[in-house]
Amino acid sequence: MGKKQVKLMQGNEACAEAAIVAGARFFAGYPITPATEIAETLAKLLPQNGGTFIQMEDEIASMAAVIGASIGGVKSMTATSGPGFTLKQENLGYAAMIEIPCVIVNVQRGGPSTGLPTLPAQMDVMQARWGTHGDHPIVVLSPSTVYEFYILTIKAFNFAEMLRTPVIILSDAIVGHLREKVVLPDPSEIEIVNRKKTDVSPEKFLPFKADEDGVPPFANYGEGYRYHMTSNNHDESGAPATNNHKVADALLRRLHNKVEKRRSEIIITDEIMMDDAEVAVFAYGCTARSAFSAVEITREQGIKLGLIKTQTLWPFPYEAIKKYANQVKAIIVPEMNMGQLVGEVERVACKDTKVTPLNKFDGRMITPEEIISTVKEVI
Amino acid sequence: MAVHVQEYLRLDKMPHIWCPGCGTGIVDGALVRAIGNLGYNRDNVMVITGIGCSARSNAILDFNTFQTTHGRALSFATGFKLARPEMKVIVITGDGDGSGIGGNHLIHTARRNIDITTILINNSIYGMTGGQYSPLTPTGSFATTAPYGTVEDTFDVCKLVEAAGATYVARSTAYHVTLLEQLITSALEHKGFSFVEAITQCPIGYGRRNKMKTPTEMLKWQKDHAVNIKAASRLSEEQLEGKFLIGEFVVKNKAEYTEKYNKLKEEAKKEGDFNGKI
Ligand SMILES: Cc1ncc(C[n+]2csc(CCOP(=O)(O)OP(=O)(O)O)c2C)c(N)n1
Ligand code: SF4
Repeated sequence: MGKKQVKLMQGNEACAEAAIVAGARFFAGYPITPATEIAETLAKLLPQNGGTFIQMEDEIASMAAVIGASIGGVKSMTATSGPGFTLKQENLGYAAMIEIPCVIVNVQRGGPSTGLPTLPAQMDVMQARWGTHGDHPIVVLSPSTVYEFYILTIKAFNFAEMLRTPVIILSDAIVGHLREKVVLPDPSEIEIVNRKKTDVSPEKFLPFKADEDGVPPFANYGEGYRYHMTSNNHDESGAPATNNHKVADALLRRLHNKVEKRRSEIIITDEIMMDDAEVAVFAYGCTARSAFSAVEITREQGIKLGLIKTQTLWPFPYEAIKKYANQVKAIIVPEMNMGQLVGEVERVACKDTKVTPLNKFDGRMITPEEIISTVKEVI
Repeated sequence: MAVHVQEYLRLDKMPHIWCPGCGTGIVDGALVRAIGNLGYNRDNVMVITGIGCSARSNAILDFNTFQTTHGRALSFATGFKLARPEMKVIVITGDGDGSGIGGNHLIHTARRNIDITTILINNSIYGMTGGQYSPLTPTGSFATTAPYGTVEDTFDVCKLVEAAGATYVARSTAYHVTLLEQLITSALEHKGFSFVEAITQCPIGYGRRNKMKTPTEMLKWQKDHAVNIKAASRLSEEQLEGKFLIGEFVVKNKAEYTEKYNKLKEEAKKEGDFNGKI
């Protein structure tokens, strides 16, 4: 048995400490509320652990530096909020295209634009999925507790390294700024994944030739593997192939398939009191906290409410929704936006059950009472 | 010893994309000869580019290479250099890539004095997109987006990076290729942020719209308008009117970023090794 640690931690601090445990040794960022504590904590911790912290001139440069460092072989991350997340989008797509692992944390605040700088929201769910141009694959995780923020940060690095893809953590001002008691696992017992390295000789090495799992292994610099990477459409050798339809088709399919193949590993959902549930709440992020309370309260009142809680937003957990769509009278989807993920729930469940959105976008959390009154309206 | 440029090219990736008479290859040739003469181990050299005709250089250079997004090469290079301080990092950029969309990154990379050698290929135009005016297109020139001539002023990108803190700054042209090679050599050997502007010809995007129909005429323009800084002090203001300077402008010794940061790391490590254990 390893030594567990009991701590009182802020969400953003938990993220920063978890990054060190995951092996991150590079952070580039630009200050923005409510994400700044991640940068501040890592500015202190990274050099202590042999890593590098740099504050760049903007979020575009931050995202670029993160990818540059990861190309150099160092696990890298950045953290931001709404306006900065928007600026990172072009280079995020670049990382998806040339398959560079990295972690981008977005501690969401209310929008549009500079909006509600200190107040929580869940308004960037679709931007996280589709924000960068082109039909790229992406993995997006969302914590609802400080503990989950810690564990998901480690998982984000593991997924990024395993899949050679950027991974986004969508936190929010509540989970980012909350201080909670956490019982952390012994770091020596935490599984850490590192990117694959090739065992092919430099003469035979093709930088974008994937293994069975759809993921191409890296080669170390300085060992005779001199190859090219370009965000233009490219063949297995890395050479630009901007007019080759066959190569374009195969590349985009592979990029998506490598993520889809690992759905069961990436999708983290909890089904809480769902066995006998007559109504379900589907929730994520800080809203899942209220949803959990709503389940506890309604159960005491004899109402059979269950919770499908997801920590993985993309790829979307269609399976978990499908599983209960026939069983429940309604699925309530509370979100701190005008209705984003609810559309995905409707996609799988609309034929079998009623899907009821519950939206709030004024910077205040959705309360358990608001969820309960929606439950009472649908039963 | 003569450097055989072909040995440094990915011949299997030929043909390159450039138009006949383009100046980009002349700059790349100078870079390759400089590296060859310096005897660098090419496994230890990383060449990073952004987007543009100039950015296509590294696709055919047989070093470690990657092309990035438009204007951001220096920021990618900053991350890479911090991850791999032992490697020689070179950025090739264009006038639009480096001084337009990437202008802010140019300023801040120079300010940090990080050990990256930047070669800005200034062909006076956005070449790859077909000849739109850039921040360095001479005032009054014609471009597809300046059918009546540009009314915008340009700036001196060498003075800009000097003011920002670059510790090596120089300029040459495709015509003055021997000087260009010498300057690139010095830039590569310089510790800190080094910057070489190479004025080149883009006969397709710029020359033919601006009364220079052939690459030869454009090279002649470079020859006639460039004045070596060593000779400039002997010339009157009138004689310098309409001319531009070439040569070495700045050579300064200043602490380099990755070295400074490494010292900081050593100090920070003494404060405690967290590694998830606090
Ligand atoms: C963000 C973004 N904006 C615009 C473009 C389109 N674009 C591609 S190349 C280029 C111009 C490059 O000009 P320059 O840097 O001067 O290089 P040259 O082609 O002349 O060598 C532009 C605007 C792009 N690729 N990305
Ligand atoms: S458009 Fe100009 S810069 Fe681009 S390849 Fe042709 S001549 Fe060279």
